[in-house]
Amino acid sequence: MPHAVVLFSPELTLAGMAVVFFAFSLTRSHPMLLQAVAMVFALMALITTTITYATEGVLFAGVYRVDAFSQTFKILISLGMLLVLWLGSGLRGVKRSVRPEYYFFFALSCLGLMMMCSATELLTILLSLEISSFAVYILIPLRFGVGQRAPLEAGIKYILFGLVATGITLYGMSYLFGLTGTTDLVAMMEVLPRPLSLQPLALIGLVMMLCGIFYKLALFPMHFWMPDIFVGAAHETTAFVATIPKIAATALLIRVVSLCGPSEQLTTMLAIMAVVSMTLGNLLALAQDDVKRLLAYSSIAHAGYLIIGVLCIEPFGLLSAMYYVYGYLWMSLACFFVIYNLSDDGRNIRFCDLRGLYKRSPIMAGVLVVGAIGLAGLPPTIGFTGKFMIFAAALKQQHYWLVSLAVFNVCISAFYYLRLVRAAYSNVEQETDYIELSAAAKLLGILIIIAIIVGGLLPQNFLSLARDGLAAIMP
Amino acid sequence: MEDSLLFNSPGYPILSFIMLMPLIGALVCHVLRGNLALKIWGLIVTGLTALMSMPLYVLFDRTSARYQFAEVRAWIPALDLNYVVGVDGISVLLVLLTTLMMPLCVLCSWHFIRERLAEFIIVLLLMETAMIGVFVSLNTVLFYIFWEGMLVPMYLLIAVWGGPRKDYASIKFFLYTLVGSVFLLLALIVLYVQTDTFFIPELMSADLTFPLQMLIFIACAVAFVIKIPLYPFHTWLPAAHVEAPTAGSVILASLLLKMGCYGFLRLALPIAPEAAQFCAPVMIGLALVSIVFGGCLALAQTDIKRLIAYSSVAHMGFVTLGIFVFSTRGIKGALLEMINHGVITGALFIGVGMLYERTGSREIRNNSGLSMLMPVFVAFMALFGLAALGFPGTSGFVGEFLIMIAAFEQHQTVGLLLIPGVVLAAAYMLRLLQKLIWADCDGIYCLPVHAGDGFYVTVSDLSIREWCLMAVLAVPVLWVGLYPAPLLEIMSCSVDSLLQYLPHAP
Repeated sequence: MPHAVVLFSPELTLAGMAVVFFAFSLTRSHPMLLQAVAMVFALMALITTTITYATEGVLFAGVYRVDAFSQTFKILISLGMLLVLWLGSGLRGVKRSVRPEYYFFFALSCLGLMMMCSATELLTILLSLEISSFAVYILIPLRFGVGQRAPLEAGIKYILFGLVATGITLYGMSYLFGLTGTTDLVAMMEVLPRPLSLQPLALIGLVMMLCGIFYKLALFPMHFWMPDIFVGAAHETTAFVATIPKIAATALLIRVVSLCGPSEQLTTMLAIMAVVSMTLGNLLALAQDDVKRLLAYSSIAHAGYLIIGVLCIEPFGLLSAMYYVYGYLWMSLACFFVIYNLSDDGRNIRFCDLRGLYKRSPIMAGVLVVGAIGLAGLPPTIGFTGKFMIFAAALKQQHYWLVSLAVFNVCISAFYYLRLVRAAYSNVEQETDYIELSAAAKLLGILIIIAIIVGGLLPQNFLSLARDGLAAIMP
Repeated sequence: MEDSLLFNSPGYPILSFIMLMPLIGALVCHVLRGNLALKIWGLIVTGLTALMSMPLYVLFDRTSARYQFAEVRAWIPALDLNYVVGVDGISVLLVLLTTLMMPLCVLCSWHFIRERLAEFIIVLLLMETAMIGVFVSLNTVLFYIFWEGMLVPMYLLIAVWGGPRKDYASIKFFLYTLVGSVFLLLALIVLYVQTDTFFIPELMSADLTFPLQMLIFIACAVAFVIKIPLYPFHTWLPAAHVEAPTAGSVILASLLLKMGCYGFLRLALPIAPEAAQFCAPVMIGLALVSIVFGGCLALAQTDIKRLIAYSSVAHMGFVTLGIFVFSTRGIKGALLEMINHGVITGALFIGVGMLYERTGSREIRNNSGLSMLMPVFVAFMALFGLAALGFPGTSGFVGEFLIMIAAFEQHQTVGLLLIPGVVLAAAYMLRLLQKLIWADCDGIYCLPVHAGDGFYVTVSDLSIREWCLMAVLAVPVLWVGLYPAPLLEIMSCSVDSLLQYLPHAP
């Protein structure tokens, strides 16, 4: 086993980032310097996770597992961090005086999320969930330029809903602990009877414990917070909340369900949640005028698609879920890239603001189109390949109805994603200003387009990485 | 896998080459500046692609039913997915039709498209890649990717460069075809789950149970019937045609409508033969209704584009009918009719585009009595109009004649029911021609052309560019009309092998 410091190096990097930004918060620094330092740390996290990819080990008396699976997700988290930091260049939506603090809490939250990928014990899970949530509680109200009410409301809502979710999670954990007398997931699953339906209390406890994860994923019935948080928080924060916590939550969810093994009750329950999540998200998104609110509902719907892959509880399904969450990271960031760069004063974007975008900035229009058709699941994008794999996995498990409903949902969702494209390519009567993007932003835009299309057409590299990761927990 | 493929590419991967050339051309468009440079670049790329596709016709082995010019490459090993392309006698003609029509699409928008030209050329080239891709894919995933890949460029073509009601028309087009496509996707995934392969020839020889065949056939049929389109799923077509720019209409009519019929021939029929036979009466019924209904609606139109759009519904009804009588003549006739319809309707739409550029109107009333003003144009329109109604000596006749023979051979009643359709075709086309050439609806000689609100415009006859366009399209119309044997010979082997999969018709 490699030295513990090596195994823990990605987390240490993020802890170091938090310390550095704590020091920065005592000074006044240029926003670009802050962003550069943050991105360097994210890059270091990416490098350390990649280096430790092939290692395996257990830390802290067995509660913390570092293996190919956890490192795969940590690579995704570091990549997501890098992209989110790159996207939110200069933190225009955050008050200047609190920008170092913003990065401080950002680093802490990501640290919590990384820990979530490796946690194999109930208290560690709870601890990592809470570290990541508490930092986000503070990040959400940090918004500049739209008044106090909406950001504060969003912050309070996130705290309240988050605390309820934590409460339910703890309650579920107490059942599991009471039944098995251990807090270690592996040991616990060995003690529990198979199939799980022989012990209904275990099933109830498990589902309640998963509520904390569903909260991060914004899956029905833990989705209430999402629209208001999206609208209330700054664009940078929204881009973060919409993507990276979902990656970590998927990691934990996959770890838990793979330890549970196939269970009809768990599958049925997840299927119901997936269907309601998709349908509710898509139907409500149809009626939205605020683009961020629309993305919030679409995010709820995508959590539903993702769960279809997870509920198969076999390697191909889980693999497709991993691929889907990776794809969702890019597609979602494509939309936030446009929102962030379009809203120079931090306002929320409505459909009318998108009008004529193809004249004002062809690159942004291109990113929006590629992101939207990806989210709609049309080829040749990462969203199509992801949905294709998820549906194939579910059909292999004979979930015909589930896939039919999901396909029905894809049709509904195409309408509102198309509205985005339509708005961007509609004509405007009056001349509007050309939006000049910085070179870094242009580069990011092109990178996003390439990643969505090439990632969809040639997914082999990611799939083999994810498959090796999955093999570490499901031999 | 290899025994159904024939690797006779001329030294280089010709199919990938002609498929990727427009895509690469589209990427280069980003760096070009100036409208003229872009137009010439578009013409060069599409023209070169057309030229490069010629070996497909020359080197095609007419005695083999295998998939020729095949290429196999590993693509996504994690899913056991290969990149497999190849053409047989059914698809090779459609590939050629695509590559040959695209330079004409660029030419016919030479003056019409003034704004956002770079994007326009890019969208056209992307369309070409996607369409060629559909025809050459031998892998269901690849097929589906290209199939859906056509959707967004076509949507943009209508939504950005379209007419006044482009929003409505483009979204209707998109949603209709998307709903159809997701059914297709479901069918393809179910096929994969049941047979563990994406390779189309392997799927053809898979032995599927009847209920599964029905499921797959119905799901595919929904997608294809919407794309063809047959009554009652045809309503997106007139809207899309009327609002689309000329090039969009040409692509839509000449190439996109062929996708549905091609899908039946490539996937639905050979993979689910018993289900196809079971459903054939329904399909034939839909085809007959489309022929008569499309004809009646065409007769009632005052907008020329709309008239041609409804005539397409009727013609595609003929094609579907030819496919579902399950006989050599029927399928050959259907294939020939697909090619002919592509050329003839493309030409008619280009003609309407020329008129619209001159008079600013597509109403028959405003474009009547042109024989004195535009004699050359009118002559060409008369030729294509006659071909569209199936006049002997033109290509339209051969296809329809074969389909009618097949229909009479298989079901007497179906053959008899076809006759009103043919009469209607003559009625709406002759009515259109009569008014275009001689007079307006009251029989009053109307000259010069009235362009709406009280002012008159003079119109000039065809320019050299336009003359070339029409002449190029007239060649295949007459050639196939008088000597269709080379085309029938190319498709012969593949049609016979397709019929072997099918149970014999009742």
